[in-house]
Amino acid sequence: MDYSGIFTYMYSEIALIGVIVAALLYDLAAGEKGRRFFHHAVCVLMLLFIAGTVVPYHKETAGIFGGMYIYSPVGSIVKSILAIGTLIVFLQAEPWLRREDTRFKRGEFYVLVLSTLLGMDFMISAGHFMMFFLGLELASVPMACLVAFDKYKGNSAEAGAKYILSALFASGLMLYGISFLYGTTGTLYFEDMPAGLTGSPLQILSLVFFFVGLGFKLSLVPFHLWTADTYQGAPTAVTSYLSVISKGAAAFALMVILVKVFAPMTEYWQLMLYIVIVLSITVANIFAIRQKNLKRFLAFSSISQAGYIMLAVISGTPYGMTSLIFYVLVYMAANLAAFGVIGTIEQHTHGKVSMDDYNGLYSTNPKLAVTMTLALFSLAGIPPFAGFFSKFFIFAAAFEEGFHVLVFIALINTVISLYYYLLVVKAMFINRNDSPVATFRSDGSTRLGLVLCLAGVLALGIVSSIFDGINLYAFGM
Amino acid sequence: MNILSLFPAIPLLMMLGLWISRNIKQIHTVMVTGASALLALSIALVFMYLGMRADGQAAGMLLTDSIMWYSPLNIQYSVGVDGISVAMLLLSAIIVFTGTFASWKMKDGAKEFFMWFCLLSVGVFGFFISTDLFTMFMFYEVALIPMYLLIGVWGTGRKEYSAMKLTLMLMGGSALILIGILGIYFGSGATTMDITEIAAMDNIPLSMQRVWFPIVFIGFGVLGALFPFHTWSPDGHASAPTAVSMLHAGVLMKLGGYGCFRIAMYLLPDAAQELSWIFIILTAISVVYGAFSACVQTDLKYINAYSSVSHCGLVLFAILMMNTTATTGAVLQMLSHGLMTALFFALIGMIYGRTHTRDIRELSGLMRIMPFLSVCYVIAGLANLGLPGLSGFVAEMTIFNGAFMVHDTFHRVVTIIACTSIVITAVYILRLIGKILYGTCSNPEHLKLTDATWDERLAVVVLIAAIAGLGLAPMWMSDMISESVLPLISHILN
Repeated sequence: MDYSGIFTYMYSEIALIGVIVAALLYDLAAGEKGRRFFHHAVCVLMLLFIAGTVVPYHKETAGIFGGMYIYSPVGSIVKSILAIGTLIVFLQAEPWLRREDTRFKRGEFYVLVLSTLLGMDFMISAGHFMMFFLGLELASVPMACLVAFDKYKGNSAEAGAKYILSALFASGLMLYGISFLYGTTGTLYFEDMPAGLTGSPLQILSLVFFFVGLGFKLSLVPFHLWTADTYQGAPTAVTSYLSVISKGAAAFALMVILVKVFAPMTEYWQLMLYIVIVLSITVANIFAIRQKNLKRFLAFSSISQAGYIMLAVISGTPYGMTSLIFYVLVYMAANLAAFGVIGTIEQHTHGKVSMDDYNGLYSTNPKLAVTMTLALFSLAGIPPFAGFFSKFFIFAAAFEEGFHVLVFIALINTVISLYYYLLVVKAMFINRNDSPVATFRSDGSTRLGLVLCLAGVLALGIVSSIFDGINLYAFGM
Repeated sequence: MNILSLFPAIPLLMMLGLWISRNIKQIHTVMVTGASALLALSIALVFMYLGMRADGQAAGMLLTDSIMWYSPLNIQYSVGVDGISVAMLLLSAIIVFTGTFASWKMKDGAKEFFMWFCLLSVGVFGFFISTDLFTMFMFYEVALIPMYLLIGVWGTGRKEYSAMKLTLMLMGGSALILIGILGIYFGSGATTMDITEIAAMDNIPLSMQRVWFPIVFIGFGVLGALFPFHTWSPDGHASAPTAVSMLHAGVLMKLGGYGCFRIAMYLLPDAAQELSWIFIILTAISVVYGAFSACVQTDLKYINAYSSVSHCGLVLFAILMMNTTATTGAVLQMLSHGLMTALFFALIGMIYGRTHTRDIRELSGLMRIMPFLSVCYVIAGLANLGLPGLSGFVAEMTIFNGAFMVHDTFHRVVTIIACTSIVITAVYILRLIGKILYGTCSNPEHLKLTDATWDERLAVVVLIAAIAGLGLAPMWMSDMISESVLPLISHILN
């Protein structure tokens, strides 16, 4: 077997493993003094990693390990988007990690987050269902530790338990589905699978089971029940990571597998997705209206956003793939900005995350209020912010394939979602408050993270070259 | 850079200038400079446009320019103007200019107020210069969202309710427009988003047009106060601060009429001919219902808001008649209504700023106390009810004349019904003027009030000059408009 391809095509994973090992060694070797620079060291390492891998090295698709691992330029782009998001999460996690009760375990935070990122990378590049499953588990298990990171806090521990139990159940179902696939087709390679797929009842069942596993990761309705509690209980930095990075990776992997592997069963998965999209968008929007806790609120918002992402998946076209990646990128900028604001306010006010606490925020912290507003406008799809463009493109992708009614339902839902996003804006700008959040200055690292997100929200839509760049590679799907 | 791109660029620069302004003086400087530049630019554009037409340039759109934006979908930033859009740009620039002076005394958060105000103008100007469906729709939405905060933060009365209602209803409308745009784009073969090119191809199947036409027409109709989707308008206008009411009723509602004509009818002509009767009935209801509603209101702003529903209904009514005369009248009515409703809202804001009430039962005898404002109010009222010599007469005369040209019983009957609104308008305007301006003032507090200050006078005089100008010399404007309307109408009819 030829192993020379490992370094040529697996460069991103190898480099990421390097970063993980470096972080681990730093954690072991550095004393109390050296740990003060841990944050900087990790951020610089991540920056180097991103700089080295952001542009795909190869323009062709290539399989190594006998097709277990498949390098594709478009996958490589998704990986770099996820890495950028992770860097922003690291920047925003800093004030929380510096606290007395988490300071000593910050090394674990970095290693665990990067391990899940590695898992996602393998999931994205998988060419075999076992490889895919390994990546998925590598992304799920450390995630449960992260959710329960504040382990002495009741709801963080509870969130961790809920997450791991649901994740295991979903994984179990998925494995069961994969076993059916192996039984009916005799292979687990993505490449060979379509030839054996006939749409027999057993295969439909396995498609459903497989979808449940990823539907859980994406927190689509009806697999969303863990989402609100986990998002609320987990530390805010972890929540933002969970809501964006984990979701983006799963959405991309789902699209690749549905389009490539389940191509002979397109009508089945399109029907399945149709129902799930309508449910996700509508149910999540209706629940979001009533939320008072902002983390729960964003949990439901992210469920409905996942529903929108599925509009790109259902199209199944290369153009749909471009709009999916673009949507994930834009959603990342906006959602990380929103969670960044929530996180920094939570840190400076000892845990205020209720919408009522945000009343009158503009009078005391105008910059944070404006950042939050722009992020929410982008999530709601208001121009000239990036969310408008990404929404338009996924609508166009689904519309092109004839899902007119579905797009219409999704559009009506954007109006509902605008209502609840505006409730937050109203709280910050219009509502009066006798004791608003005191004026404070967030630390440099958080601000840098927010500025990066804000630049994304403002520029990603107007500057079309990013979309064009993604588009250039998406045809290599 | 194309001269047209300056229209959205100047308000953007103004936002930048406001951002770095430190005190109210600098804010005023930025606003006056920018607004005057816009006004000068729009007047220059009118002459430039007329000059180019006189030189014999016969293309549908002049001063065109386009830059590829998103090539996978053929989305371009493309601009161009014809007589209709030139008129609308002039109107918008006048309203922005006078709106600045009408909110001269804004104290709380003037900087933020004017920044949102400028963003609103970016959207408005961008909408009128765009000739690309996507770009146009983007600017359309840019113009909608600042309204939420402008009304919610700086408004009066039930502002939070009104702001939310207005935003959600208009966004609901824009959701319909978006799906309509996708329908038009993919229906015409997904090759271009350019309005002129789509119209030239004219290849959308009738079965699809029947679906998309009502959707797009209602989508824009929400903003054009089409019955029964007008309910955001009275609440929104009543709660909005003065300058926002002016810009919203004066310009933003015209986006609805303009979009209905330029996108719904021009791009989906076959369905427009087939289904126009439904919307003619709805707009006729708007016209009459709005006028009757205005009769029974007691809040000055509500009266004017319902009057706007009636007059904007007339705009949609006229374009659905699908002949050059009526449609030219529609564009004139957009201009005329924009100017006089802005004048009304400016005056109401000035009166409210002094008396702190808009309830007509508590106001009387204002003519003695503030003669300047009162006389201007009378002029606005007379323009509204269509006195010859003022703009309202020209517009409504052209509309009803054009509408009556359509030779069948249905159209003639609805035209006659719509005509009754002229009488009803006279009822509420004259009743209002008699009640609040004449008689004796019963409230001793009101006797101490002062008349208009220089900034208010400037805003009002500019608007009155424009109204009288349009009323006394309508030909140069109506010629410019009808020349551009003609090819559009003949496209719709063929």
